[in-house]
This record gives sequence, C-alpha cells and structure tokens, in this order.
Amino acid sequence: MTTDDMLLEVRGLKKHFPIRSGFLRRVTGTVKAVDGIDFHIKKGETLGLVGESGCGKSTAGRALLRLHEPTAGEIIFNDPTLGKVDVAKLDRTTMLKLRPNMQIIFQDPFTSLNPRLTVGQIVGEPLEIQHRASGSELIDRVAELLNEVGIRPENMSRYPHAFSGGQRQRIGIARALALNPKLIVCDEPVSALDVSIQAQVLNLLGELQAKYGLAYLFVGHDLSVIEHISDRVAVMYVGYIVEMAKTDKLYFTPKHPYTEALLNAIPKADPRMRTRPIRLQGEVPSPANPPSGCYFHPRCRYAKDICKQERPPLQDIGDEHFVACHFAKELSLVGVQPLNDIKLEMPVKKS
Amino acid sequence: MAVDATQLPHTTATQVEDVGQIPQWQLMVRRFRKSKLSVGGMYVLIVMYTIMLFSDFLAPYDHNRLDSNYAWGPPSQVKTVNGQLSTFALKQTLDTERLQWLYVVDESHPLPIHFFVQGYEYHFLGIFPSKLHLFGVEDGFQINLLGADKDGKDVLSRLLKGSQISLTLGFVGVVISVIIGSIVGTASGYFGGAIDNMIQRVIELLRSFPDIPLFLSLAAALPQNAPVEVRFFLITMIIAVIGWTGLAREVRGKVMSYRNADYTAASVAAGGSHWHIITRHLIPNSLSHIIVVGTLAIPAAIGSETALSFLGLGILPPAVSWGVMVRDAQTIEAITTYPWMLLPVLVLIITVLSFYLLGDGIRDAVDPYA
Repeated sequence: MTTDDMLLEVRGLKKHFPIRSGFLRRVTGTVKAVDGIDFHIKKGETLGLVGESGCGKSTAGRALLRLHEPTAGEIIFNDPTLGKVDVAKLDRTTMLKLRPNMQIIFQDPFTSLNPRLTVGQIVGEPLEIQHRASGSELIDRVAELLNEVGIRPENMSRYPHAFSGGQRQRIGIARALALNPKLIVCDEPVSALDVSIQAQVLNLLGELQAKYGLAYLFVGHDLSVIEHISDRVAVMYVGYIVEMAKTDKLYFTPKHPYTEALLNAIPKADPRMRTRPIRLQGEVPSPANPPSGCYFHPRCRYAKDICKQERPPLQDIGDEHFVACHFAKELSLVGVQPLNDIKLEMPVKKS
Repeated sequence: MAVDATQLPHTTATQVEDVGQIPQWQLMVRRFRKSKLSVGGMYVLIVMYTIMLFSDFLAPYDHNRLDSNYAWGPPSQVKTVNGQLSTFALKQTLDTERLQWLYVVDESHPLPIHFFVQGYEYHFLGIFPSKLHLFGVEDGFQINLLGADKDGKDVLSRLLKGSQISLTLGFVGVVISVIIGSIVGTASGYFGGAIDNMIQRVIELLRSFPDIPLFLSLAAALPQNAPVEVRFFLITMIIAVIGWTGLAREVRGKVMSYRNADYTAASVAAGGSHWHIITRHLIPNSLSHIIVVGTLAIPAAIGSETALSFLGLGILPPAVSWGVMVRDAQTIEAITTYPWMLLPVLVLIITVLSFYLLGDGIRDAVDPYA
C-alpha cells in the first residue's frame, strides 16, 4: 500500500471518561471507553467497526471528529489542502478548515434533526457555517443535495416531523454531504430503521461512495450489514480492537476467539450446517474495571495463563490481517461459510 | 369506476402539502387552543392588562382624593332617572351608639352620570397629558361604584391605579429573572465542567437562604422616603434576584439535554461556533420551556409583591397597589361591615388563577408531538 492512498491513520487513540463523585466532584475512577486503538482508512474505502453495545465503537467514531475530545493518541488525517495533520492536536481555527472533510451520520433519525428548523435550514446549516453559499445559491445547493439523497426539493420548507425515519436519515445524509467530505463517520446509520429501509439507505450510501469517492467509517453491530458494506472490518471489545482484516478474511477465517463467537451468532443460510452455538461465559466486563491481561480471557475458551497476565498487542499476521491474541497463529477457528461453498442438492424429479 | 381523488374530502393537494410546513410554534398554538381553561385565562389577562393601560381614563378620581363626606361610603346605586343614567346623593349620619357612619340614599336628589368628563390630570401611557375620564358626576358629589374606604377614597379608582403596579411589578420582575436565569443557565449547561460546578454551588448558596426572611430583610433595607418609581424598581430587583436561581436550574437542564443532541453534534462537526450553536439550536429549543417557567413564576411574583406591601415593606402609601389595599382591608370592620374592601383580594385571586391556567396550558402545548 502506498502512503498516498491513506486517508486516516489512527494510532493509540484513547478516550477515557472520568467518574466523578462527592461534593467536590473528585475523579474516583475512569471509564476507558476507547483504550488505545490503531486503525487506518484508505481513500474511498469503508472500514466497518463492529462490536457489542458499550464496547466504545461509537465513542471512537465521535472522537475522530473531536465531538469527544480524545484523551490520548494521534489521528492523522490526509487533508487535501492542509496535508497530513494530527486532528487530535489542531487548534480551533485550523480545525474549522478541516471539519468539512470529516462529517458524521447519526443513529437516531428522530433526534439528529432539530425539530425547529426546516429541512432546507438543516441541510443548509453546514454551508452557512462554512460560508460556502448564501441566498439563492444556498437554496440551489440544498435542492441539489436533497435530489442526491432522493428527497424532492419541494420538501425544503417542511419540518422534520413530516418525514418518516428513512426519509429523515436521508436528510441527515444530505447534511453530511453538504461540505463535500472525504470521510463520513456513519454511527450506526441503519440500526434504527426497518429492514426494508435499511437496504435503501445502505444502497444510497454505496452509490454516494462510488460517485464521490467517499471513505466511510461504518460503526455498527449488525454483522450482515457490516459484511455487506465494508471493505475491511475491525472488531472491538471493551475499548480496543481485537481483530481487523479484509471483510472476507475476517468473516471466513477469523483469528480471534471473540470474532469467532460473534460470527457464530449469525443465522446460518444452510440448515444442514447447523453447529452448536458458542455460548460465551459471563458478562461483558465494565470498561471502568476491566480484567487483567487480555480483556477477553475470562470468557475465552482457549485462554491460557499468559492471557491473564499480558494484554496481547494488535499485530499483523500478514495480508493486512491484524489480531490481538497470543495464539492467533496457532488457533484454527471457524468463521462463516462462503455462500458459494453451500452445495445445493436439489432432489431431481424423475418423470 | 374511477374515483376522482380531488372530490374526496381532505385529500386536496394543498392540504397535504400544508401539514409538513407548519413550524413547531404553530403546532404549539394549535395544541394550546384545545385547552379551553387556558384560553379563558389568557383572555381574562388580556382584558385585565388592557384595562390597566386605560386605568387613568377609566378611574373617575385620583386614587388619593379624600372626602370625609364619603368615609366608608357604600357602592353607589345606578338607576335611570328621566331617561338618564344617574346615581344619588347620600345623606351622612353618625350612629352615635356604634360610632359608625350611616348613609341614606337621597332618591329626591339624582346625580346624572356624565360621560367623557374632565377630571384630574394624568399622563396617558405615561406620556400624553390628559384630563379626560370615562365618567363622573357633578363637582361636590362623588360616585363610588365599588364603595369608598375609611377616608372616602374611591375603591374603583384605587383598584385601577393599583393594577398599574400590581400587574406590572410581578411581570417585570419575572422578565428580569428570566433574562438572568436564561443567560446563567445556558452558560452553566453549555460549558459544563468547572463553570457549571461554580454556578451551581452559587445557586445552592443563594437558595439555602430562607426566602421570606431574605425578602423581608432586603425590602426593609430599602430607603423609606424614595420616590415610587425608585421603590418599584428596587422591589422588582428583589423579586428578580430571588427568582432567577430556580429558572437558571431549569434552563441548565434543558440546555444540557439539547447540547447532547445529535443535531448539536452535527453543528459542531460542521465547525459551528459556540454562539452559532447556542443561538441556532439551544435557545430556540429551550425558549418554549423558558416561557412556561416564566408564566408560572409571574403569579408567585405578584403574590410576593402583595405580601411585601401587606406587611408594609413593599409599595407604601400614598402609592397604591393591590397589596396596599389588602392591608387597608385587614380590620374586622372591613370584613364584617364594609365587604367591598375585600375586592382587591378577589381581583388578585382572579389574576393569579388566570396566570396559572395560562401557564398550565402553555406547558402542555410546548410538546406538540406528545
């Protein structure tokens, strides 16, 4: 891979939330929501970020845009005009110039649009903030954006309450597109929608990616959605990435026991391939009080002594497959079966 | 058979387009209108404030005009005599046994009521000098539609003049506390952290003072011989200073929830400044809530003014407010023999009740999607 392809490189990103208590609001602990993650996104590619709720995947996405101020780490963004800059350390004025290139789509379409503003005002707001357009020019651009996401521009003067969840999500996408970003953080953009609408929104995201060369960080918990949209997938568990690989590799040949357990939960397309489900023991540990060593060891079927003592680093085991497991090379784990491998033996009717 | 869609009720194109274009505040107005009691309260208040604006014109006499011939004078009778609305002269006698003025209506001496007469001079809306009054009787006699007090001062004139202070002081006090509370609450909720912590501790400190003693000591510290305007202003400030803390807390809570909303995050992601986010997202969304809290705070403020004046620490005679009038009515004889002296109490109850009804209605209306 050439470095010019690289759009975003994240190194050791941490976001800790202090737990305050008592009258003086003293810090009595920290929730390590994101605890040192590394990943990269190339231009025009989709990185899926998957994990259970509470594993820090949304926090990671928001920390990239500094909606949460990162506690530590580097967020190297390849800005078309500024060059490679560390987003985590930018001052306010430089950040203002960089912001148009990184935008975000939210999970809940009912709270992501201000009920007081018309659709036109909502979609036009980023343009106004960045002084990109005003007056009739602004209206033209908003109409163009709405067309782009499949909302009729006549609806510009209507309020969000007049739209369905899927339409609202499209309006949210139009707002994110307004400034021609290079990267969009999609924070579970379809998990609040009906399955039929999910497909429409995912297809729209795919079309926009092809048209504008967008890169997505697609945060989600639905493994089928992630598989559908992602070029590469990163799996998060209690604040850190346990495995990251190209989608096919991760789904077909997982190298981390947690990934195996997650993939095992996907319903099987072939009823004859039914396996005994992997039931993980215990609960997801609290990010305020994580276990020693590898955070997954209390629930891991393959855990050995070293897992209790040492936290395994995320290492490349070849071909952009990163795993954080001491036994990544030794274990042979079961992933999902490629659809092509399912042999359909149709009973042939003899007449 | 094909059905012509345009002939069906409620399916015309304009109506369908219309629904989505209604801004949120209009939805609120619609919801508010459904609450009959609140609309009633609103109309009562509109009438009261209109009367207040024209109070000098409507009042037949200066609120401090004394006339010993009418001490404890009863409400005047009004009848049509010779085709003219008239009242009658009163014969005043002293009941030596009970030491009480007795009044006999002299039916043989009708006093025709004249309209648009010249009377004492006042400034309409505080600006235009005028002597015009709605009604009056010939000089030397008095018409007391709502009776007179122990000095023969016309109760109607006093009620009207008193409304100028009672209806505005609470209102202005709440407006000031809303402004202070909104600014402090927004700053506290938006910036959070150390600023929020500091502001909240200060508010807790202020709230830990017991209200009534604080009120009384502040009011007692006011200069006794200051002009009415100065006293009015200072009492307004006392009400505002005590009232803003609760409001600041409510605004803070609202602002915090809107600050964490995704649309605010989208605004931040686009590079919106603090000012942009506060004025575009936080204030407009909190505004309806601020109005509710403000409306419900007004009756309490009116009550505070009345209580202070009743205790002789608020508005002082010769100025008049409803609280001053209630103070005049606190004798046994007023309650037993001169019940018209209790009219200011009735007017106060109507005002406060109307404000509460209005506030309840607005509170239910601000969430039009619920």
